[in-house]
Amino acid sequence: MSDEEIRSLYLRELHKIAPEVDPKEIDPAVDLREQIDLDSMDILNLAVAIHEATGVDIPEADYPQMTSLNGCVAYLHARTS
Amino acid sequence: MADFLMPSLGADMEVGTVLQWLVKPGDPVKRGDIVAVVDTEKATIEVEIFQTGVIQKIVVPEGEKVPVGTLLAVLTTNGEAVAAAPEEKPKPVAPPAPPRPVPPPVMAKPAPPRPAPAPVAAKPPTPPKPAAPHRMHISPLAMRVAMDLKVDLANVTGTGPDGAITKADVERAAKAPPAPAPAPPVAARAAAPAAAPATPAVAPVDRTVTMRKVIAAAMARSKREIPHYYLGNQIDMSKAMSWLTAENLKRPVTERLLYSVMLLKAVALAIHEVPEMNGFWKDSAFVRSEAVHVGVAISIRQGGLIAPAIHDVDQKSLSEIMVNLRDLVKRVRAGTLRSSEIADATITVTNLGEQGVESVFGVIYPPQVALVGFGKIVERPWASGGMVGARPVVMASLSGDHRASDGHRGGLFLAAIERLLQEPEKL
Repeated sequence: MSDEEIRSLYLRELHKIAPEVDPKEIDPAVDLREQIDLDSMDILNLAVAIHEATGVDIPEADYPQMTSLNGCVAYLHARTS
Repeated sequence: MADFLMPSLGADMEVGTVLQWLVKPGDPVKRGDIVAVVDTEKATIEVEIFQTGVIQKIVVPEGEKVPVGTLLAVLTTNGEAVAAAPEEKPKPVAPPAPPRPVPPPVMAKPAPPRPAPAPVAAKPPTPPKPAAPHRMHISPLAMRVAMDLKVDLANVTGTGPDGAITKADVERAAKAPPAPAPAPPVAARAAAPAAAPATPAVAPVDRTVTMRKVIAAAMARSKREIPHYYLGNQIDMSKAMSWLTAENLKRPVTERLLYSVMLLKAVALAIHEVPEMNGFWKDSAFVRSEAVHVGVAISIRQGGLIAPAIHDVDQKSLSEIMVNLRDLVKRVRAGTLRSSEIADATITVTNLGEQGVESVFGVIYPPQVALVGFGKIVERPWASGGMVGARPVVMASLSGDHRASDGHRGGLFLAAIERLLQEPEKL
């Protein structure tokens, strides 16, 4: 997957979880939980959605890397290219 | 004949608006069927019916706001002859209630069905209408937004699956300029002022304000009527968290557990040891519930909290509870809760740890008699066996009702929760 595809996937799934969030206002470098109201169920649902879309298994210990857009792009880039 | 009444979906509900009927006169229904979508000022709820029979008459039309206990529909139960469907549109039994600034307090007990508040007024016959109600393909959330924004759904084009109207469609329609009115006759135009003042826009209902008032009224009532007592216990979570980490390593991402499900199960099992925490205060007496339906406080994205129940938590595996919890959170946020989930909770659990809270001392949700709160897991120095080490620790708190239990039993309840969490593999 290209970085742009990963970015697009991430924002699409985030929109499903938190439809009130404007993707343009997301700072890609900052942990989402510091920007919007996400709980552990939301993070789990995000991990599940990304797994189902990419086939990448994301161990629980790696969830912290998925909580920022840039972190997720780097994580998935390393595992899908 | 049987009456289908506006149900009481919690102590904080006094009125409900019928957003949508999912049945029409002549439709057979059975116990547990979802027959209507109701807005409670706090959430949109799919209302189940608890009789089996045939719908004979819809009494309250869509869009009508009526008090709890109002007759919504009449059905013939099994064995009765089905009368012909009424040909005239029935008049609602209650006049549309204007928004009230603060709902007056009422008794916290679940109200027995109240008689219809107003007699049905005579109405001149109207021409027969097609029996089938209009079934619009629209989500409950979108319907609620349409009601708040006063959008006429007849003018909204759905862009969702199969043409369903989505929340975004409604919001788009609300922002769209109104269709131009037909041009007045020339004479009228000549007489009209050059620049007519703009029609003031109708201010949308501030749903958050309404919800806060409803919650405040219920919580004030709870604090006024329930003699609360509070207890707190620090619990060493090292065994539970180690077990959970190892367990989740074995599971695919789709089947992983959240730590909350261990808390729910521990509370449910602890009830077996201290059953006076589980049930309702009704008619000046505690009514113990054999079933353990745990209300889980879930935040609503638009603001506020709701605590729908997961049924029979004590009988379920952690995996089953996790499936139920995921489903519940999803439906809370999609606006598709069911009435039984709102009304059935026998005890409530709230976990505010993710918000950084260390201690929770909650307000009991009447007619329940106990609420268990959990805070954030924090590392604390912990002495055990003469050694001091850092352990993950959570503060478990109990808000108890002194009419149903006392601090001694409450302490035993918290101790049971603590003990159960030391053997997570047995949960």
